Amino acid sequence: MTVGVALVIWTVMPIYNMVLIALDSDADEYSGNIWPPDPSFESFQVIWTQGYWYLENFWHQFGNSIFIGLMTMGLTVLIGSLASFALSRMGLRRGWLLSNAALLTYAIPSSFLAIPFVHIAHRYGLSDSLWAVIAAQVMFATPYAILIFQQYGKLIPLELDDAARVDGASPLQVYLRIYIPLAAPALAAVGTYALLLAWNEYLYQFLLLSSTKSMTVAVALDQFFDSDEAPWNYMMSTAIVYSLPPIAIYYALRRYMVAGLTMGGIK
Amino acid sequence: MSSTQQTLAAGRPMAANRPWRPVWPGGLPIGWRGSEFCWAIAFLVPYLAVFLAFVVYPVAFGLWMGGKPELYAELAADPLYVHTVVNTLLFVGIGVNVKMFLAFLLSGYFTSRSRWIRALLVLYMLPWALPAIPAFLAVHWMLVGKWGFLNSLLETVFGIEGPIWFNSYWLALGANILAYIWKWMPFWTLIFMAGRMAIPRDIYEAADVDGATPVRRFVYVTFPLLAGLYLICTLLSTVWMIGDFTTVYFVSGGAPALTTEVLATLGMHEAFDSGNPPLGVAAVMSALPLLIPLTIVLMRKVHVSGVQL
Repeated sequence: MTVGVALVIWTVMPIYNMVLIALDSDADEYSGNIWPPDPSFESFQVIWTQGYWYLENFWHQFGNSIFIGLMTMGLTVLIGSLASFALSRMGLRRGWLLSNAALLTYAIPSSFLAIPFVHIAHRYGLSDSLWAVIAAQVMFATPYAILIFQQYGKLIPLELDDAARVDGASPLQVYLRIYIPLAAPALAAVGTYALLLAWNEYLYQFLLLSSTKSMTVAVALDQFFDSDEAPWNYMMSTAIVYSLPPIAIYYALRRYMVAGLTMGGIK
Repeated sequence: MSSTQQTLAAGRPMAANRPWRPVWPGGLPIGWRGSEFCWAIAFLVPYLAVFLAFVVYPVAFGLWMGGKPELYAELAADPLYVHTVVNTLLFVGIGVNVKMFLAFLLSGYFTSRSRWIRALLVLYMLPWALPAIPAFLAVHWMLVGKWGFLNSLLETVFGIEGPIWFNSYWLALGANILAYIWKWMPFWTLIFMAGRMAIPRDIYEAADVDGATPVRRFVYVTFPLLAGLYLICTLLSTVWMIGDFTTVYFVSGGAPALTTEVLATLGMHEAFDSGNPPLGVAAVMSALPLLIPLTIVLMRKVHVSGVQL
């Protein structure tokens, strides 16, 4: 019982603070209140109507975040499944080398690669481009995708591939008609992982996106710190709106997420 | 490389190793040849392209940028850098171990069948589901200044005047560590819960028949079966936490006066605020002597146990 109460306080306190500031109508974080004296949803309305100059492009930036998330998801699933199909089902002799190289990437901290990556993105002409961020996310998500697909692929009998080949199916057909439909749960797990990874990421978006038009919500949130007079209730309500999609996904897919974790991958 | 090693390395018995599938010199079993080899290559091209363009090239470029010995002499002479190394060790050392230990204990608490505890688990997962920036912004605002939420709470409920958290080195460092634990402990708790669920029930039944006490059940059944998982998770979490940027950047922001920076934030600071990218690269690369052995041990462990949690 005490453990339960302690856990609730521990978990909820920062989140409650977020809501408290968002609902506070006079935007002064030093108010010293532990309950909003005059709760209002004004700050959420300001976000909805983009009625403050920091939030002028909010929905455009929200769209950028969604675009990066969906592209990362699609490309990770596509590239990862193609690669792991070739590596684990087509019997390439040196395939394990590539699988291991992929796993090693998984262990490179993304923040350590950020500085050279920014230089490289400029060289590729991708400065201030959403595609640079997508490339970074795909590159960090694919190793996990390959790991999961290879683990899950063990459950799909190779005899199915053989039977299809005897019937004259090309590798592309085997991939499309057998591998993809049977690996659907793994595809869903990896897709969700990639989407959330891209949504949660901050550093690369911050370093690679500079104009207000290409910014994502994550970067826009940080912009509030550039001013001393920023309305903190708007910042917190932006943070809350930004948190809602991943929370919805986590809770809707709770069971599958845990199943995905135990399917053989970590994280 | 023997076929056993190959199997361990790839984590999957390969078609090429199956005795009933004769292997061609190119490595393809009969049936997948000629045009089909081209298909395999075509399937790998997208990944190889991403890998070469966005992994190999930046890694090589980073090694070249941070390859000059003078950079490390410059770092070693900088007291801020030495201080940052100590911070990183404290941040990671305390953070990972406290988090894993508590997550392990809590995974036992949450496997209870009580409906209240199940409901609590749903709430407990919330920090993990929050994106990192809102989560750490919330922690920052809770502690900032004299009248952050926590101090207001202390004042109202207990009548204590709270400290200015980010003016004290130890409080700020502690806040970073606690924020990291707060955000990531639910994830590892879920992992350990999955590990506990995978232990067959009959082992516990056998232990019960033998009259094992709960403590003995834990010491002789649960812990030995989960020790491997615990080790892998600790190693992986260490690797991730060494590279963690967002926690320190958003929670303490290096306050007071850059004393609580860790290597990841110091690297960005040198590279983009001080305009010296090679020094920034050198700062993060100086973590490699710790990171590389950890990664090697981790990969070996993962291969032996087949990543199966």
